[in-house]
Amino acid sequence: MKKTNHRTKVMILTILMAGIVIFFYAFGSLIPGDAAEGNFLYAGQPPSWGHPFGTDALGRDLFIRTFKGMAISMTVGLTASALSAVIALFVGIAAAAGSKWIDAIVNWLIDLVMSIPHTVLVILISFAMGRGLKGLLIGITATHWCSLARLIRGEVLQLRSRQYVAISHKLGKSTGWILMHHLLPHLVPQFLVGLILMFPPAILHEASVSFLGFGLPPEQPAIGIILSESMRYLSAGMWWPAVLPGLVLVLLVLLIDQLGEQLKIILDPYSAQE
Amino acid sequence: MRRTLGRLVRIFLLYGIRMLTLLAAVSILSFVLINASPIDPVQQYILGLGTAVSPEQRAEIEAYWGVNEPPLERCLGWLSGLLQGNLGESALFRRPVADIIRERFLNSLALMLCAWLSAGIIGFVLGCVMGMNQDKWADKLLKKVCYLLSSVPTFWLGLVLLLVFSVGLKWFPIGFSSPIGVRGQDVTLWQKLHHLILPAFTLSLMSFANIALHTRQKLIDVLHSEYILFARARGERNLTILRRHGLRNILLPALTLQFTSFAELFGGSVMAENVFSYPGLGSAVSAAGLGGDVPLLLGITLFSALFVCTGNMIANLLYGIIDPRIREAEK
Amino acid sequence: MQPHNDTLLEIHDLSVSFRMYHHGLEQTKLQVISDLQLTVAPGEIVAVAGSSGSGKSLLASAILGILPHNAAVSGHLHYKGQELTAERQRQLRGTEIALVPQSVSYLDPLMKTGPQTDGHRRPKPVEKRSALFRRLGLPEQTAKLYPFQLSGGMARRVLVSTALLTDARLIIADEPTPGMSLDQALEALRLFREMAKAGKSVLLITHDIDLAFEFADTVAVFYAGTTVETAPASDFRIGPAALRHPYSKALWQSLPQNAFHPVEGFQPYAGDLPKGCLFAPRCPCKTTQCTTQVPPMREVRGGKVRCYHGT
Repeated sequence: MKKTNHRTKVMILTILMAGIVIFFYAFGSLIPGDAAEGNFLYAGQPPSWGHPFGTDALGRDLFIRTFKGMAISMTVGLTASALSAVIALFVGIAAAAGSKWIDAIVNWLIDLVMSIPHTVLVILISFAMGRGLKGLLIGITATHWCSLARLIRGEVLQLRSRQYVAISHKLGKSTGWILMHHLLPHLVPQFLVGLILMFPPAILHEASVSFLGFGLPPEQPAIGIILSESMRYLSAGMWWPAVLPGLVLVLLVLLIDQLGEQLKIILDPYSAQE
Repeated sequence: MRRTLGRLVRIFLLYGIRMLTLLAAVSILSFVLINASPIDPVQQYILGLGTAVSPEQRAEIEAYWGVNEPPLERCLGWLSGLLQGNLGESALFRRPVADIIRERFLNSLALMLCAWLSAGIIGFVLGCVMGMNQDKWADKLLKKVCYLLSSVPTFWLGLVLLLVFSVGLKWFPIGFSSPIGVRGQDVTLWQKLHHLILPAFTLSLMSFANIALHTRQKLIDVLHSEYILFARARGERNLTILRRHGLRNILLPALTLQFTSFAELFGGSVMAENVFSYPGLGSAVSAAGLGGDVPLLLGITLFSALFVCTGNMIANLLYGIIDPRIREAEK
Repeated sequence: MQPHNDTLLEIHDLSVSFRMYHHGLEQTKLQVISDLQLTVAPGEIVAVAGSSGSGKSLLASAILGILPHNAAVSGHLHYKGQELTAERQRQLRGTEIALVPQSVSYLDPLMKTGPQTDGHRRPKPVEKRSALFRRLGLPEQTAKLYPFQLSGGMARRVLVSTALLTDARLIIADEPTPGMSLDQALEALRLFREMAKAGKSVLLITHDIDLAFEFADTVAVFYAGTTVETAPASDFRIGPAALRHPYSKALWQSLPQNAFHPVEGFQPYAGDLPKGCLFAPRCPCKTTQCTTQVPPMREVRGGKVRCYHGT
């Protein structure tokens, strides 16, 4: 009885957390663009029942802006982490399953990306792309694939040394067949967990870069931009534009992180054991 | 002793060559990236001048910057300047980039060093506490705190600290490494420290969680090893085990992590410096990016890569000096 | 069960089990030692012999009280006639009871051999240790080497010397001979015999059945976490006619110099032990009683056997 209880509990918890994340996202996306328009009559109001997060210096409702911004951040984060996970998958497999020189090039490339601090590299790429959404996406994608690629490379190398793979080779199965039947089934859980665990840092990075002014254009209600704007009014004692949207960001990141951990237990039980 | 020295020189040379290829690649890559940018550096430079510019003057500036030359020649020109120690002139600050980097790096170094040391020590100690008390309440609590901190963005934490300690309690100033209106040479050490504490605190709060979790895991791995089982069989108690075997075996990985974390440290300092308007390299790089200051952006990018590589190099050398399995393997 | 006063160590009905999380979600119980009986007299060498992977090393951990946290222990341990509580185990390990571990991986890889052999207790027995190293034929500079620099034979002698440096009355040697040359193995065993002559007891945990038969005073045959037969080693040298348990007989037959006839079947998995006698599934003379009830330990011809049919 106890066995099923534990398993069901993990499952329910996972579904519940996924539900909350999706709800957050849907709620933010469905807010119409004009809902957050400013009204100077209500500028700089502290949190109240009408405006749970207060209003900013232009009189825009921060609750609506925050959730709309969250949805945008999630879109950017999800796209970037999905892109970099796919890159990591291909690069990792190529490095481990291909010839030696591909491996050498990949390792050198990873060293290259790792040798520039991520924030600086994202600034550089964003500058190269003339700022804006495209630069942000490429920048975050370019900086996030390395660790997962290394993980997948290691995993493939380990799998390749297994006996059944060697036997398949001897039996005359093609590399592609082995890849499809022996490697991918093992890599899928790793890939999915890696993808979800990449999501929180991608969102945090998006917020950081937008905060610095290299990400989304200032009229977009991204979290980084709301927080960057709040800097100007800090000394005036306006605490709510800085604290509350950031708190929502932290909660969301924690939630997704936990979701990743739960999925790890379900998909890849041995690595999650402690 | 001579062998050790010889081996260190070998590691140094080997890694040095690798570092040079990486740095060369970084400079070419960043040049290519910046070259691809639609942002016109000459326009940005002229905007920065704040005065109207005649077409002749503009042509002169363009010639100076070499905008009309083919990209390859420009790249070679920049690289040859680089080899002579000439990083060009900053468009924003109207001064040689090398001077700006030197001056600002000292500020950043003070900030990063404080954060690096405190995060390293606190993280290591907490990691040991967690590892020794695995799955007990102290471990569970600290682990939650560490996971929480790694989900908090640096800049938001900085904002909250700024709100609480500078705006609310008024213990610390808001921004700048010295009081406004005081000339550089009149700033006392105390005033500098006063401006340093909050950003350094933010930065170290961001890094110690990772170090603590890493140390914890290493210590747990060590405690589950066969040699610890034998130490227990010989009657060693927890604290003796930590002192005799634990520290000995986790210190090297911890030190290595410290030196290989220079990239995160630099990245974190970019955020912290921007929140606290601290005049270091981090605030300079974002200003350069926003202001289209190409020479400064290139210079700092290259410098940050050098900084990161130096950390990795030190980590490699440390392994050669400290780990007997590498040190004595050749005998 | 009253402990005897003339025994050094007495183990009665010792069971050890582990709670494991299988697949991260399901919990299973692994019974690694069940109802084990063992007696060690002063000056005696007792060999616990059984095939690899039957949980023998955990017996050493159980005696020393250093099992992992997720282990559950039941039964009675007596040392010198006194109950061996956790507190007493803590006092005795490394002083009265010493362990000679299996391999060099039980030495701290980053600590030099000398200080490592000396141990944590003060004063450091530096003089005694260098005399001991000389006796064991370890070169002078061994003390300055790291474990990874030791050859297999040197490492073994260093491990043995950690136990010899203490004044332990009971030495538990866990697989002390693999990796040694025949000469070295004999030298190590001579050392154990010498210690036994000096009144110390040696508990030899080994999968080398030959060695156990030839060398020990008493042999306990270990199977699936329990001792199925305990008898004087001389009985094992005679052969199946002198033995009591079907497994001991089969084990004797499996030796290369005898019939070289392997025991059929496999040891049961610790997570799924049979209900009655642990050997029943492989036993040629099992009856219904064997499959439903665990046979008790019986005295037969000066030995002990856990079998309904043993004679």
